[in-house]
Amino acid sequence: MTADVRRPATPMEQQIREHRSLVQRALALGGGWKFILGVVGLGTLIALAAGGFLVVGGYLDGRWYDIRDLGIPTSHLVYWMQAQGLSPAVPYLTTALLGGLGILSLVGGWLVIGSWVERRVIAKFQIRQGPNRVGLFGLLQPVADAVKLMQKEILIPLGADRLLFFLPPILIFLPAMLGWAPVPWAPRMSYVDMNVGVVYVIAISSLGVLAVFLAGWSSNNHYALLGAMRTVAMMVSYEIPISLSLLSVVLLTGSLQLSQIVAWQQQYHVWLIVVLPLAAFTFLFASTAEINRTPNDIGEAESEIVAGFHTEYSGMKAGLFLAVELGNAILVGAMMSTFFLGGYTLFGLELWIPGYLILATKIGAVYFVFVWLRATLPRFRLDQLMGFAWKFLIPLAIIQLLVIAVESMVIAQSGLPGIVTVGGSIAVNLVLTFVGVRAWASGIGYVSEAAASTPLLTNTVGGLRAAERIRVVS
Amino acid sequence: MESPGIILAFWIFSAITVAGCLMVLVSRNLLHALVFLVLAFLGMAGLFLTLSADFIAVAQILIYAGSIAVLMVFAIMLTPLAARDNGNSLYVLPALAAGLGIAGIIGFVAVNSPWAQLTGDALKQGDPDTTVSVIGDLLVGRYVLPFEVASILLFFGLLGAIVLVHERRGARESS
Repeated sequence: MTADVRRPATPMEQQIREHRSLVQRALALGGGWKFILGVVGLGTLIALAAGGFLVVGGYLDGRWYDIRDLGIPTSHLVYWMQAQGLSPAVPYLTTALLGGLGILSLVGGWLVIGSWVERRVIAKFQIRQGPNRVGLFGLLQPVADAVKLMQKEILIPLGADRLLFFLPPILIFLPAMLGWAPVPWAPRMSYVDMNVGVVYVIAISSLGVLAVFLAGWSSNNHYALLGAMRTVAMMVSYEIPISLSLLSVVLLTGSLQLSQIVAWQQQYHVWLIVVLPLAAFTFLFASTAEINRTPNDIGEAESEIVAGFHTEYSGMKAGLFLAVELGNAILVGAMMSTFFLGGYTLFGLELWIPGYLILATKIGAVYFVFVWLRATLPRFRLDQLMGFAWKFLIPLAIIQLLVIAVESMVIAQSGLPGIVTVGGSIAVNLVLTFVGVRAWASGIGYVSEAAASTPLLTNTVGGLRAAERIRVVS
Repeated sequence: MESPGIILAFWIFSAITVAGCLMVLVSRNLLHALVFLVLAFLGMAGLFLTLSADFIAVAQILIYAGSIAVLMVFAIMLTPLAARDNGNSLYVLPALAAGLGIAGIIGFVAVNSPWAQLTGDALKQGDPDTTVSVIGDLLVGRYVLPFEVASILLFFGLLGAIVLVHERRGARESS
């Protein structure tokens, strides 16, 4: 704020003015803290240098302590067990349990910390602080919430179907957990690298629909049933664009195996989001519908139908419905990263950095986009949402599918170098996406806003500048 | 089928499937029956997995447990008298006859199949590494005509659904 503000600073402006950057705060620390931080920083640098030396020297390659790919220690464990003369069931069960434990701890840990992350990030978007009271930086807030939810009484409404009322909170976690199975975290590190991975992902994600419907139906409540029907209609509609976009990925890479899709992107040194921009957008948008996140959270639109399909659930059961959204969000992030953002590869950097860290970073980035959308966009109306799927996404996805079919044949069989064929496909798809979206949108009557950059509502209603202008005029 | 894990899995999945099917028959609430039917579908997907038919297993989950179940949900919701209780059925005798007929056909085939020539080494010889590529090759190669006929049939089904629910502008104004 400059000096021409002719009014006392609002509390928010005071906070902004007094806010110090991280560097300023670090410089203001005492000498002891500076020393400790310096030692820690130096130690980190030395550790990194030592790690780099080990990696470059090839001292790690294939040893049992090669943690760049957790599949290597595991396979060494299996070899060791076989050398001990154990029956083949023992290493099989051990690795299965280890992998399952890994997935369980990943999703469980995220359920603990995710709600804190989401609330803090949204708070930053809305110039608030977010939860910062319980524990360091408010980190214990999710634990406090969970304890609160567990203390609440579990209510079962009169006339509810007891069996079907009990099942959905458990059923809805099935896709969120099982979907992690085919995700490749490193070249040899995935739980089940099945050769029908893409179909498996689609199949597993379609199981959530039933849980949502049963939750709404068994509650014996109009709002719950309404929310369930809306959600089911939306999820069923958006499964088609998801399948079509994944189908174009499969056509191009020529494999249903997730590790092969990543390997294709690694081979051509390109992310599929560049080659298939429309499919990537379709997948991202339709996924937000599939997992009930804003801007597509029609299912539990709080301001319209109370809380949607889980209106009648109380205590930790409602908490499970809220928590599964977080788990689904990072699962979709993993799928988005694997299909369109190169998976665990980062243009050769995966030889240096563990692939699972790269994938985790990409998942975090996609998750940030989800939170960004949630903080920015209003909710779509139900008819807008369904119309967007059926009239816009599906026809465009089908047109793109036909083009991709030709392109994939050219890439696979023309014998030209990849930079020509894949580069040509990128150019064709970019032009097709741009022209196709504009032409189709104007064809079915969408009007793009002429001067969308003018915040008409903000200028009319309020905002700091508007307040200043009013003050100057009066 | 030699390893004990496969045999254990076979018995577990068989138990799930059979129990699910029995509960479909026993339960008087249609939604309960639907849930048990989904359970039976999942058990059958597991049975396919024990036979190394991974694509069919996943397709079973996708089509039956995922889509057909939702279709049935909509059918139950939109049918009066079917929402809460299914005490009396009008089609007991035809259903019994059809069920017995299907059971008879399956039993006849099971008894008359030359199992000794179809299992064991003969099965291992024809066992491909991945079922997906084989199914794909057969679908667009040897069985391309049935495939196309099926797709045309589905397309007409889609068109018919659109025509049925299409609301003509004139009709709405007149009414």
